[in-house]
Amino acid sequence: MTITTLARTVIVFLLIFSGAVAAQGLSSDVPTIDIKNGTASATPIAVVPFAFDGGMPPETDVADVIRADLNRCGQFRALAKNDIIEFPTRGEEIKFATWNMLKQAYIVVGREAQAGNGEVRVEFELFDVAKQQRLQGLAISGQPSDLRGVAHQIADLIYEKITGVRGAFWTRIAYVTSKGTGNNVAYALMVADSDGFNPQTVVNSRQPLMSPAWSPDGRKLAYVSFERGNSSIYIQEIATGSREVVSANKGINGAPSFSPDGSRLALALSNGINPDIYVMDLASRHLTQVTKHFAIDTEPTWTPDGQTLVFTSDRSGKAQLYTAPLSGADATRITFAGESNARATVSYDGKKIAMAQGNGNVYRIAVLDRASGEAKPISPGSLDESPSFAPNASMILYAASEGSRGVLYAVSADGRVRQRLVLADGDVREPAWSPYRQRGQ
Amino acid sequence: MKLPIRVILTAAAASALLVACASKTKPIPPASDSSRETDRVTQPADNGGKYKVGDLDTDSCLRQRVVYFDFNMTDIKPQFQAAISCHAAYLRQFPGARVTLEGNADERGTREYNLGLGERRGNAVSGALGSAGASASQLNTVSYGEERPVCKDHSEDCWQKNRRVEVVYTSKQ
Repeated sequence: MTITTLARTVIVFLLIFSGAVAAQGLSSDVPTIDIKNGTASATPIAVVPFAFDGGMPPETDVADVIRADLNRCGQFRALAKNDIIEFPTRGEEIKFATWNMLKQAYIVVGREAQAGNGEVRVEFELFDVAKQQRLQGLAISGQPSDLRGVAHQIADLIYEKITGVRGAFWTRIAYVTSKGTGNNVAYALMVADSDGFNPQTVVNSRQPLMSPAWSPDGRKLAYVSFERGNSSIYIQEIATGSREVVSANKGINGAPSFSPDGSRLALALSNGINPDIYVMDLASRHLTQVTKHFAIDTEPTWTPDGQTLVFTSDRSGKAQLYTAPLSGADATRITFAGESNARATVSYDGKKIAMAQGNGNVYRIAVLDRASGEAKPISPGSLDESPSFAPNASMILYAASEGSRGVLYAVSADGRVRQRLVLADGDVREPAWSPYRQRGQ
Repeated sequence: MKLPIRVILTAAAASALLVACASKTKPIPPASDSSRETDRVTQPADNGGKYKVGDLDTDSCLRQRVVYFDFNMTDIKPQFQAAISCHAAYLRQFPGARVTLEGNADERGTREYNLGLGERRGNAVSGALGSAGASASQLNTVSYGEERPVCKDHSEDCWQKNRRVEVVYTSKQ
């Protein structure tokens, strides 16, 4: 896919560096990435356009997708396509002096060929330029319609080889859109690739939809819908669309969150009085109450060991984050900086918690380091909310407000690199980053 | 009759809590259209049980169907007491009448938190109607949190219109 066709798609990407804010401005034109500002410590890597053997090349430019993935995570700086002057397609063709001169630490070359059953086989090799050493050489096959997925998987392998951490580019995001005003609003729960491509509708509604949450196997979403007249919690299988209501009690049925093993669902239930945190065993639908307080207790999320919930409560007067063991023992407050802190997302290792932090009328995403207890703001907006960690915690997705509509941003976990994901029309909000994908999903 | 008492107590406790915390926060100016709201209060609070069903559409007190709130607050401001008295009188007079109190919040704060806040506001109005004689079976509360704004600008002018409870008659008699 060329830059031109990319610009024509409904999704527009912009990369903004917080060091020199708005390097690209907020126009919806060119989805290029300015790698010159703000990311001096990012690792330079050249991804040479892949060769195609036989027939018409597929529409997807695999190297373009890999370059965009590596750029938006903040840890890499991919050499711009226009600055690539030699086009080796396999290891023995690489003249390392050239790439040394271009100050590249790594180079990726590759080629695509027709395989059996209509698939395209994509081979790639990763080299350390200074050592002139081959670090990796693998092949992944996929249908021509899924070459973006193949490219994301290659980007994941490259990311892991160099950083030692599993890549999270081949993942998905869920989010809620709304279009229209007054009594004529159309809501939709959507799922797309982690870069915003390939959006698909999970459910449409004339009533509000809220709070999508992924099952740990990535096959289902829990969410809140008002289509029955009051908030209810649904669990829906993404591939088949089949769904069921799991909670429709009097009052609030909100904030679903799957346990790490997928067998339980944490949720907020008010029974018409005030919301408390409960855990539902999904097989038996049996409910266990975890908090009991006249304050608003909501937005539960699990620690990775499945033993503790992190949740929002205004029992101290304003919303703050607390932890509570499933045993029902007393809750412990964990946020103290900022007037309010809410809607926690916990990193896979439990070491970091991102949240929406409020000071006056300004709400920003902050990351709390559990070991030091320090919270650092990582977003520059005024109404930023709904943070969601990538499964490898390298990036955080969140919702921001622009004019009268909502947009999504992906920000590197250190806050240095931000990318704006705009869907063409309407309001986009409440992003939720999927777990790692399994093949065939 | 256990439920209404719990509702009222909860609403009262929540209000007390929020009033207690208000001193820590920067005060937010009250709704700027207070003059208009003051005008509305001139209607008698209770006409002694002489409402007709049609009065819901014509009586200036019964036509007031929205109660507005201060930021993160759930206590009912004095200018809305008259309207609540009128609706309570109507509900007493027509035991078959039913209302849903739709609680809403402005966009500040997280969405699920605001669901809780909208419910507190709905319960505050429900509790006030109950105290004034409406029966618990006539009152239903639904919170929409910040999901149904009437105004989408990021300003206090707009926010104050969204911090509201709408009194919706699902049955008039």
